Amino acid sequence: MSLVSVRDVHKYFGDLHVLKGIDLDIKAGEVVSIIGRSGSGKSTLLRCMNGLESYDQGAIILDGMEVSTDEFQVRKLSQSVGMVFQSFNLFPHLTVGENIMLAPTLIKKTSKAEAKKLAQEVLEKVGLGDKFGQYPEKLSGGQQQRVAIARSLAMKPKVLLCDEITSALDPELVGDVLKVLEQLAAEGMTLVLVTHEMNFARDVGDRVVFMHQGKVHETGDAKTVLADPQTPELRQFIGAVL
Amino acid sequence: MGYELNFGALLEYQDVLLAGLWMTVKLTVVSTLLGILLGILGAAARRHRNPVLRHGSKAYVELIRNTPFIVQLFFIFFGLPAIGIKMTEVEAGILALVINLGAYLTEIIRAGIDNTPKGQIEAARTLGLSSRQIFIRIILPPAFQRVYSSVVSQCIIVMLGSAVVSQISVQELTFAANFIQSRNFLSFESYLVAALLYLLLAFLMRLIFNLIGSRAFSREEKQS
Repeated sequence: MSLVSVRDVHKYFGDLHVLKGIDLDIKAGEVVSIIGRSGSGKSTLLRCMNGLESYDQGAIILDGMEVSTDEFQVRKLSQSVGMVFQSFNLFPHLTVGENIMLAPTLIKKTSKAEAKKLAQEVLEKVGLGDKFGQYPEKLSGGQQQRVAIARSLAMKPKVLLCDEITSALDPELVGDVLKVLEQLAAEGMTLVLVTHEMNFARDVGDRVVFMHQGKVHETGDAKTVLADPQTPELRQFIGAVL
Repeated sequence: MGYELNFGALLEYQDVLLAGLWMTVKLTVVSTLLGILLGILGAAARRHRNPVLRHGSKAYVELIRNTPFIVQLFFIFFGLPAIGIKMTEVEAGILALVINLGAYLTEIIRAGIDNTPKGQIEAARTLGLSSRQIFIRIILPPAFQRVYSSVVSQCIIVMLGSAVVSQISVQELTFAANFIQSRNFLSFESYLVAALLYLLLAFLMRLIFNLIGSRAFSREEKQS
């Protein structure tokens, strides 16, 4: 059974039909890269998967739960799905450690001592074990993004959604973030990424989903699809970004 | 200018003056604390999903900001007893100050809240925080920090405004100055001393608020 199942999902922003019947299944442990031009609906699709955005028709089932924007449902979903954003979104008034400990202590009622241990663990994992007491504003963008990943990991999600998480970073900082993702993929974490990093999609990703005008235009094994695109739209897109 | 200053004559009334000063300090401390609390609640109500709370908070702010403080004070102290709500001068004075400060702070804190980056709220939601947790833990602290200097100024304005409650015979600093000059006719000296004491209080308040602020909003690395 798939971990995430998207069935004929439609979404409108007013008159704008942004998702036009999306079907997508993601198995546990899969690394799926969603690519496409801006405005193709890829971020919207990702945001529908954890209830940040509502959809008007169809169904999304994640880890056996129906996804909706209802607060109670979003909170339940948060136990299974984590999300990392383009703009990091660390809480500026909390230290790195406090950022990570917040959800485990508040939501999972983990004891403070345990949450601290957990936070230190995930920080080591992203290579920032020495930043526990630091405030986010003192970190570089790449470091902030790795803290954001660690913060998600502390909730032990089954799937991690990444919304263009390297797009706001200086080029030289992108590598460190991708390395963390690569390590997570190797450990079997299910990753769904909206990304422009074609090399990463090809080398680390299992599958590529190319979205075009609100539809899944072409999808398949990452290496195959990127090496030999079947549709002119994808061919053109790859030509433009590589 | 044949006037001869006579501050010495005030010494006779130093107990009155000090008692007035002390009352002003008490009024200020209580109304500042409660006013900030009310301002936070008012700002929270402004973004609540319940429209009654939203509009109620808005109406409250408009009502208070568009009427004179002294009328609010008289209404509470002289008006409310007509419908059976009676209180002492001090209670009425504090209530009026709190309601007044709360309205201005509602607006100030709301402005801070409106500047919260949307992404931070989304991040908190995806981590599973409830709306209330998000407001208290994620939105409020940075918002309060953003508008802290305006909050401080407003609290000082209310400290100065507390002079008005002398009009319902609360025996605070201005009341004391009135009392003294009515006895010895040294208006110049009495009000000058009162003014200097207010000035001193305002400086002290700013100092204390700044100390609290620099501790509370420090972004120095924390030792774990």
